[in-house]
Amino acid sequence: MSVAGINVLVEETRAAEKARTAPLLSVRGVETYYGNIIALKGVDLDVHEGEIATLIGANGAGKSTLMMTICGNPRARRGRIVFDGRDITNLSTHEIARLRIAQSPEGRRIFPRMTVYENLQMGASLDNFAHFNDDLERMLAIFPRLKERLHQRGGTMSGGEQQMLAIARALMARPRLLLLDEPSLGLAPLIVKQIFAVIRELNERDGMTVFLVEQNAYHALKLAHRGYVMVTGTITMTGTGKELLANPQVQAAYLEGGRH
Amino acid sequence: MSAVHPTSVAPTSDAALTGGDVSAAGRRGVDLAGTLRSAVMAALLMFGLAVPILLLRTEQGPGGGLILIPRWNLVLVCCGLVFLARLAIGLLGGDQGLFSRARTRKATITVSADPAKQSGFRFAAVATPLFVGAAVAFPLIVYLLKGGLAESRYWIDLGILILTYVMLGWGLNIVVGLAGLLDLGYVAFYAVGAYSYALLSTTFGLSFWICLPLAGILAAFWGILLGFPVLRLRGDYLAIVTLAFGEIIRLVLINWVDVTGGGAGISSIPRVTFFGIPFTAGEEGFAARFGLEFNPMQRVVFLYYLILVLALITNLVTIRLRRLPIGRAWEALREDEIACRSLGINTTNTKLTAFAIGAMFGGFAGSFFATRQGFISPESFNFLESATILAIVVLGGMGSQVGVAVAAIAMVAGPELLRNLGFLRAVFGEGFDPNEYRLLLFGLAMVAMMVWRPRGLISVREPSVVFRERKSISGSLVKEGHG
Repeated sequence: MSVAGINVLVEETRAAEKARTAPLLSVRGVETYYGNIIALKGVDLDVHEGEIATLIGANGAGKSTLMMTICGNPRARRGRIVFDGRDITNLSTHEIARLRIAQSPEGRRIFPRMTVYENLQMGASLDNFAHFNDDLERMLAIFPRLKERLHQRGGTMSGGEQQMLAIARALMARPRLLLLDEPSLGLAPLIVKQIFAVIRELNERDGMTVFLVEQNAYHALKLAHRGYVMVTGTITMTGTGKELLANPQVQAAYLEGGRH
Repeated sequence: MSAVHPTSVAPTSDAALTGGDVSAAGRRGVDLAGTLRSAVMAALLMFGLAVPILLLRTEQGPGGGLILIPRWNLVLVCCGLVFLARLAIGLLGGDQGLFSRARTRKATITVSADPAKQSGFRFAAVATPLFVGAAVAFPLIVYLLKGGLAESRYWIDLGILILTYVMLGWGLNIVVGLAGLLDLGYVAFYAVGAYSYALLSTTFGLSFWICLPLAGILAAFWGILLGFPVLRLRGDYLAIVTLAFGEIIRLVLINWVDVTGGGAGISSIPRVTFFGIPFTAGEEGFAARFGLEFNPMQRVVFLYYLILVLALITNLVTIRLRRLPIGRAWEALREDEIACRSLGINTTNTKLTAFAIGAMFGGFAGSFFATRQGFISPESFNFLESATILAIVVLGGMGSQVGVAVAAIAMVAGPELLRNLGFLRAVFGEGFDPNEYRLLLFGLAMVAMMVWRPRGLISVREPSVVFRERKSISGSLVKEGHG
């Protein structure tokens, strides 16, 4: 083996080591403004490869703003966002998406006049349709409902089905990091359970890295390996999901005093 | 559930409050008074409209001054007609009238489970070959019916006009119907195409066949130029800026006299040639070369087929693009811009290509217009043209190719037909000129559209891809305001 080849090998090993230790996504001191109003006041947060990280907090705490800032819209005014060793703070949204950060945005935002099939196709365009048929079968196996609705327009489906479609569309891009913004919003408890079960399954079986923003603190923390609590634009508490669930402060503020 | 079941949409809230399941037949007897009342209301409304619009007619008096002639009988006849029509609608069970007080609109929309029964698909499948066949055969049919080329000139000219608008409609459909960018200044690209050909051919003597692609490229360039400043705009704001853009182009054409000839326009633009062979009576002319007898109509028929081919190219390109990633990105952009970005679609490029390709077809149509007319002036490119083209796209059902073609025929041929409604004089008296009422009828047609087909003539969006079986759902089932 030539010297150059060995060098490449060494570099690859180093990179692999780095990947094991460094988080997949790291947010450092991020400040985001809407005009002159500060929404995020220096947020630090890590998501490691293969884990489910969750961010909980009250309405208006800045959870969705953080998620949107990771996606580059709005941009962070200060601080750094690093994904897989690459600074993505100043990239535009579509460039960030092309690094395989898939987002299921708040309010689902499926394409209402397009069929379920076309919606899924839009998701796969990032992957250049390389695994389209396999991925489609996989999505339809995970969400059997979508199979029934494959040629229905997205906008004619129920909220739960639209949420499933939004997640499936994001997964069609074969993401390295899946961002989910309040997937339980406005859904019946049974559907919420189904959706959280799917997230757990994706993580356990496929090793999908998930960053989950949720109001439904109980479900989210039960699911998560790592949890963050956000209050008015800053992270106030960190810990494993279990730790936070047992924390009396979290219980008082987000879990109705632990009566869940 | 493997098929779409018949779907019941809940009755409107007032119907539910008054006992939702009262059948229309059951309340007909009760509704007689209501129908009468609304018929009277309609007649009164007609009266209110007719007095300012129809009542007074101006005529030149003997001294050169204007005399106002009141026409009360016309006003009353119109009111009577409206009254009777409203009464008939009410009694025949169609309770969807504008003035209907008891809203017992039937609220059940049935979606057939059998794809073969989907009227949208069937219509499109049958309509496309039918339309193309009819368009190809049109000059021949007119020739046979009218018994001569010279006699059929009017109809072939009308056909050319309709096809020009079909092409413009299809071009704008890319921008408005597919990408969802409301463009009120489309005529600017038509003008750019027309002036490109006119200037290139009169100044440098370039032939139509070289200028045609050049005009398209220049128009596409202007499309991108317009696209840049409006990238962040959507909806109303985009409409205002594009409207201004259309006006700027027109005003530049008027005021840049050195280049464009100003308001006087450009005349003696070279006529179209048969790929280099001119349509003249001489030795080198088309007729002599092909051993035919010279007839000036040969050029007109050639123009007809030229615009037909150009329009079909526009259509084929659009249909093809819709199946490619860029076409799907346009449609996704129309649906949700934020979702598009989060799926890695570069919305900037997507918008610019929509503007550029739409403008390119406008440019092709423009250079065709210039070679057909032989004379162009800024007058031909006013806002009314933009509005007409946009109306064609909206009437046709945004995004529907067949719908746009039907709407173009209705919008262009409809007013022409009114010229031939001389028999109405028997009803309204000798001085009645149906031509004067073109815009009134046009407005009525628009109102009727809004009431009965608010999403356009053909509101079914055909999925660009299918998996295993075809199925589609009418636009009326999806919430309003999307596309």
